[in-house]
Amino acid sequence: MPKRSLTVVSAALLLILSWFASAPALAKNSNSLQVKGSDTMVNLVQAWVEEYMKKEPQAFIAVTGGGSGTGLAALINGTCDIAVSSRQIKGQERELAGKKGVTPTEYKVALDGLAVVVNPANPVSQLTLDQLVDIFTGKIKNWKELGGEDLNIVILSREVNSGTHVYFKEHVLRKNDAKSTAEFSSDALMMPSSQAIADEVKNNRSAVGYYGMGYIGKDHKAVSVAKAEGSPHVFPSVERVIAGDYPISRPLFFYVNGQGSEDVKKFMDFILSPEGQAIVTQVDFVPIQIKS
Amino acid sequence: MTVFQKFREGLVEWVIRASGVASIFIVALILIFLLKEGGGLFQTQKLGDFLLGQKWYPISEPGEFGILPLILGSILVTLGAAAISVPLGVAAAIYIAEVAPSYLKELLKSGVEILAAIPSVVLGFVGLATIVPWMKIIFHLPTGLTAFSGSVVLAFMAMPTIVSIAEDALHSVPRSYKEGAYALGATHWQTIYRVVLPAASPGIMAAVMLGIGRVVGETMAVMMITGNAASIPRGILYPVRTLTATIAAEMGETVQGSEHYFALFSIGIVLFVITFIINMTADMFLHREPK
Repeated sequence: MPKRSLTVVSAALLLILSWFASAPALAKNSNSLQVKGSDTMVNLVQAWVEEYMKKEPQAFIAVTGGGSGTGLAALINGTCDIAVSSRQIKGQERELAGKKGVTPTEYKVALDGLAVVVNPANPVSQLTLDQLVDIFTGKIKNWKELGGEDLNIVILSREVNSGTHVYFKEHVLRKNDAKSTAEFSSDALMMPSSQAIADEVKNNRSAVGYYGMGYIGKDHKAVSVAKAEGSPHVFPSVERVIAGDYPISRPLFFYVNGQGSEDVKKFMDFILSPEGQAIVTQVDFVPIQIKS
Repeated sequence: MTVFQKFREGLVEWVIRASGVASIFIVALILIFLLKEGGGLFQTQKLGDFLLGQKWYPISEPGEFGILPLILGSILVTLGAAAISVPLGVAAAIYIAEVAPSYLKELLKSGVEILAAIPSVVLGFVGLATIVPWMKIIFHLPTGLTAFSGSVVLAFMAMPTIVSIAEDALHSVPRSYKEGAYALGATHWQTIYRVVLPAASPGIMAAVMLGIGRVVGETMAVMMITGNAASIPRGILYPVRTLTATIAAEMGETVQGSEHYFALFSIGIVLFVITFIINMTADMFLHREPK
């Protein structure tokens, strides 16, 4: 009896092992692409892929999130074909890629407005960039100082592996000034995803957070932002970002190794086509201007 | 004994010896790797600034790598969890070992084992949906993502370890001790309190230490519900960031060979040292000669 069960177990083990061995091989055979990176852009990329796979049924594209840094690291390590990033690649990453024989080629694929969001019950609905800096660095601690209720501000930020975190720090807190040393307040709660920020804002009337426009739901209130005291406050909408008046907007990128394979090129062509850019608007991001 | 038998036994002996040595060998390799990778940080940072620095801004230029808030965060969450799980766990173990009728005993034991089998991410998720909003309402806090929320969830994770090891220790107290106590006219409770508990105390201490060891190393659940704010904790009802959550949250971003990468490995060394001390203490209690 024990002998027989041993045979069964080892047969089962062999079966499992052979499955593991064959799975990656199978994936390589068909024209499958691994796309990895920015959490902000996951919905957008998923929408592109669904539409693309309808047109090209033999194509198989797997989309995973994890953060822009994670995607770029995967491209450098050769474990994905396209890195999706909501920030530009860093010099340090380019250098490392060079050492590993990877040359990241940049494609601007869409634009995004970063929304600053609060609970709908919060009376504050417009802020200036300077006020945002003071909130997120911890200088303003109570909503009272901004004309709101007497509640301590709860700052919500993304983790450091997020392109959105890096963008917000460099372009809002540091105002694009390379010499600035402004940092998020150490009291800021670091949330693992944009969805986690959205959930906390929904349930917490003293919370303030930031994420891509695509995440704004009916349980959150996006704040209108003014460039400076006295300038008009602009609400984050697709039209305002295209017009260039919304102060916190950013380009979104795809990075591929060198020219990329035929399959990668085909997919990139689709994304940059008018058809691909039409999908961008559907998921609440902002299309780039296509040169024709 | 034939030559073949001799050879076969020699082979078996060699295989089991190799298995025994392997675990130590692997631990040694992990330690060497940690020291090698984590040591890189101290070419540019001072050890004192690392352990006692109050600012953790790893991706800035230049980065700041002070892990004092993280160490204090881990300690706070762990102490909170111990304060909840130790009395509950030891009391449950006493009930299972000494008081409960036998059918209930089996039921409770399997219940505790099921608790141990729940993955931490599931407990974290349940905590996020229940404990976090409760904390906010009960204590009128700005946010429910606090050290205490983490402590409550981690207490559930430490409980199974504490209950099953403490129950074993209580169970192995010789029957003659109890009979002696009863013969002297002690009541059931007096016997438990004055005889069984002291006799099992080394095992119970070991149970507590191993439970705490589990809490210190836990990552997923704390990352989900403690808020992860890297400031010096002002109390148990404030958000904290733990050592483990920092490694898990940031490792995806780091470029190999960067200061940030080294710093995360150095945090790994700190965690290794902490759990090593805890396990050593547990071991000392377990192997202490009974008086």
